[in-house]
Amino acid sequence: MAEGRVSIVVEHCKACGFCVEFCPTHVLELSSAFNSKGYHPPHAVHPERCSGCDLCGMYCPDFAIYATKVAPGKERDK
Amino acid sequence: MSDSLITDIVNAGVNPVDQILRTDRMPHIWCPGCCIGTTVNSFARALIDSKIDLGSLALVSGIGCTGRVAGYVKLDSFHTTHGRAIPFATGLKLANPKLNVVVYSGDGDLSAIGGNHLIHAARRNIDLKVICVNNLIYAMTGGQTAPTTPGHSITSTNPYGTFEPSFNLPHLVEAAGAVYVARWTTFHVRQLARSISEAFQKKGFSFIEVISPCPTLYQRRNKLGDGLDTMKYYKEKSKVRHGAPTGEVGLTMTGEIIVGKFVDRDRPDYQTMMRSQYCESLGEKFVEQEEMVCS
Ligand SMILES: Cc1ncc(C[n+]2csc(CCOP(=O)(O)OP(=O)(O)O)c2C)c(N)n1
Ligand code: SF4
Ligand code: SF4
Ligand code: SF4
Ligand SMILES: [Mg+2]
Repeated sequence: MAEGRVSIVVEHCKACGFCVEFCPTHVLELSSAFNSKGYHPPHAVHPERCSGCDLCGMYCPDFAIYATKVAPGKERDK
Repeated sequence: MSDSLITDIVNAGVNPVDQILRTDRMPHIWCPGCCIGTTVNSFARALIDSKIDLGSLALVSGIGCTGRVAGYVKLDSFHTTHGRAIPFATGLKLANPKLNVVVYSGDGDLSAIGGNHLIHAARRNIDLKVICVNNLIYAMTGGQTAPTTPGHSITSTNPYGTFEPSFNLPHLVEAAGAVYVARWTTFHVRQLARSISEAFQKKGFSFIEVISPCPTLYQRRNKLGDGLDTMKYYKEKSKVRHGAPTGEVGLTMTGEIIVGKFVDRDRPDYQTMMRSQYCESLGEKFVEQEEMVCS
């Protein structure tokens, strides 16, 4: 079960790819979908691997992604 | 995910950096892959981790892409004229000695037009925390050569390559008298946050240089790829050397980047020196004011 949950503010993303590259557990990939500015925001392809370390949030220059720890024993939101 | 247009927030929650951001001004103007925003994340974490009272903090920027930080933070901030962040911040600190004053600006702003203020604030040991985002260029105005631009770089003012020697900022500010000097790249997000927290513990002139890409003007002209390529270069070519002699940490265009905490020393700051001088020469007649009152 995932220890963290990653949130993505799709409209603020500029698709730099930092979050995808530097996520230690390779949770993310840039999606093929567009936001309204024409960028491809990331999506979680392996949400179960997210540790909630928020390294993606630290790297994101656009404040468009961040993660929170999931309290142990709690079911991760779908 | 399908190839459709997506406009929602996936898994809404709260981004910790939002505490210090004017979220109503997002998205910001910085280019894709520009890392000024990344430095703001580290700054926000440092404020949160060191439990700084946000009401006793002021942030001062000069002009430039980095200078825009002043307009994006939900803190008392001032966007001064070009090169004058340090003198403005000096006045703020002297008039309100209890304020934590941060100067957040670019390499050109701080070391070219503002270069004299930089060395003299370090010499006087004014209690300021200076965060210098060094993207090796005057970015906002179109990528002109800055005092920090490494040799052989192509810039809009040196289309055939730069040839003048560049400033090694940690060396400059150490020689001028700074009590805390560190350098990180934007790849070193957690180390940078720690250095900023440490600087808040120091009394005196602290200088943190953050090497950051300008993919639009510096990287592109020099065929160094985009923001992500630059972050990978930082990851690969940075060497952590705490206490490295600052004379040895000069930057080149594609070479090794020495990072770490170079200087951490103590000497009396400007206000302490002023107080002791005036107590000595004026005795009882010297009355110190907690805060400057304008009447
Ligand atoms: C007195 C004055 N001179 C020149 C300028 C033009 N100018 C604006 S920003 C800038 C350079 C900014 O470079 P830097 O501080 O490195 O910031 P960056 O944009 O790279 O973050 C210059 C020369 C100005 N605004 N005011
Ligand atoms: S919080 Fe950590 S593990 Fe989860 S997506 Fe972000 S970087 Fe990856
Ligand atoms: S780091 Fe931020 S801007 Fe870059 S791709 Fe990830 S979410 Fe988008
Ligand atoms: S011009 Fe350069 S420094 Fe300015 S926002 Fe764009 S990438 Fe960043
Ligand atoms: Mg610059």
